[in-house]
Amino acid sequence: MSIATRSLPRTIGAHAILLTYTAIALFPVILVIMNSFKSRAGIFGAPLTPPTPKTFDLIGYTTVIGQGDFIHYFQNSLVVTVASLFFVLLFGAMAAFALSEYRFRGNTLMGLYLALGIMIPIRLGTVAILQLMVASGLVNTLTALILVYTAQGLPLAVFILSEFMKQVSDDLKNAGRIDGLSEYTIFFRLVLPLVRPSMATVAVFTMIPIWNDLWFPLILAPSEETKTVTLGAQLFLGQFVTNWNAILAALSLAIMPVLILYVIFSRQLIRGITSGAVK
Amino acid sequence: MAAETRPKRPFRWHIGIFLAPAVLVYTAIMILPLAGTLQLSLFRNIEQHQVFVGLQNFRTLFGDPNWSVNFWNALRNNVWFFIIHMLVQNPIGVLLAALLSSPRLRFSAFYRTAIFVPTILSFVIVGFAWKLILSPLWGVAPHMLDLVGLKSLFTPWLGKEEYALTALSLISVWQFVGIPMMLIYAALLSIPDEVLEAAECDGITGMSQFWKIKLPLILPSIGIISILTFVGNFNAFDLIYTAQGALAGPNYSTDILGTFLYRAFFGFQLQVGDPNMGAAIATMMFLIILGGVCVYLFLVQTRLRRYQF
Repeated sequence: MSIATRSLPRTIGAHAILLTYTAIALFPVILVIMNSFKSRAGIFGAPLTPPTPKTFDLIGYTTVIGQGDFIHYFQNSLVVTVASLFFVLLFGAMAAFALSEYRFRGNTLMGLYLALGIMIPIRLGTVAILQLMVASGLVNTLTALILVYTAQGLPLAVFILSEFMKQVSDDLKNAGRIDGLSEYTIFFRLVLPLVRPSMATVAVFTMIPIWNDLWFPLILAPSEETKTVTLGAQLFLGQFVTNWNAILAALSLAIMPVLILYVIFSRQLIRGITSGAVK
Repeated sequence: MAAETRPKRPFRWHIGIFLAPAVLVYTAIMILPLAGTLQLSLFRNIEQHQVFVGLQNFRTLFGDPNWSVNFWNALRNNVWFFIIHMLVQNPIGVLLAALLSSPRLRFSAFYRTAIFVPTILSFVIVGFAWKLILSPLWGVAPHMLDLVGLKSLFTPWLGKEEYALTALSLISVWQFVGIPMMLIYAALLSIPDEVLEAAECDGITGMSQFWKIKLPLILPSIGIISILTFVGNFNAFDLIYTAQGALAGPNYSTDILGTFLYRAFFGFQLQVGDPNMGAAIATMMFLIILGGVCVYLFLVQTRLRRYQF
């Protein structure tokens, strides 16, 4: 980039807009976490100030920790999300490659068939899914959730990944074929590394609905053993409607692990996006 | 693209192997149950037996005022919900991505990470947190407005019929702006430097470079985002449910198709759940979404130009 494109006012303007939006994005989160460390009087008296020694109080946290098994719920959510994500990305990339790379009879039809799932929420089939899980004895297992979320994530992953795979140069793949690489090697060694940035993007918004889903944990796996953190938080919040200390503490406990995980994970994600885009 | 020069081979097993896992899981867990549900909309439970009644359920949905008033209300609200997303969420997402992708911008990793934070939070957290913030009981929102001298503007937005839906739409925009931002950002980064340098050689820089060079190149991504927003909005349910409950108050003013379906399917208060009517509403949602997606696939996508670098 030449120096001609850089100018001080423009840089300042960009920072001003981004800072403003960052403030809007973070304000509610910070507000909730800040107030969760305060006494009831502090929460209502001065909601916008950080906790002072006078208003500092952990009563909310002691209430919450005395009530629910949040660490266990968190583990369940983690297992379900990671396993589903792995299957969605692997199966999705394979199918996207088949659809974008080969011409075969029924290609367009297969693409439309798989894309159908983007527009229909899998929730509409809940009753039949529940019957299926009951019949196969998978109710109240994490396996049921992983299966449902894999099916739910696949259509979008296939759709987006095949958009990106169309952009991978044909010459490169044909060069691989001339060198005698099998189709599997071409997929795993040539194409997958090239679409890594889009894989990272797909991963992020496959993961979010899975982590945050309330519906399927409630219906397929509501037992104490298999409760996810979202379901746990929802039930807890429902119980303590008027106990503001407990509500704010529960919200903070639900936010913080995700936030920590996200901060760790986002470095990888951003590196993936930027490194892949530099050609 | 014209790669049909390969000699005919007996059967290309690898295509099947690449497709099989995705197609099997998808068909068994998603398509078959969905088909089962759509089928339910043509049946009615009469004396413990599912009896085929044709389009009778749809006649009830559109003919019986108890149902049709609610249905049109939910559909209208849903359209408004979508319009707000298209007008607010996507332009903000494109703007943020364009700013973030400008070269040598400092702290861009920080901005990116921070702006995406609301998107990773669950509806349960978002719904509750905003309910608390907008609550007149806590007084954070009026206090904030007071700081800029606009306290008179405050009303309990979530409790007023005329504002509740817009407020909830904006909360949803707040939560999901990270997704268009990330998608556009990835698309902008994948534009090769040679193209931008060529533009600079021709004297196209800054704003005009964005409008003339970058925007046409990211149009396919904007198309994808629009259709994702459409589908997401017409399936929406969770935020309204956590913030306003299944009744989508006040006085059904925030009722969208998702909450309407939920009430029909599982029942609420005095009304008994009716899976068949629920399935009929689900079928209507299916048709609406199908219509939108067809418009995208056949009218929009075919006209977008794709570039291979």
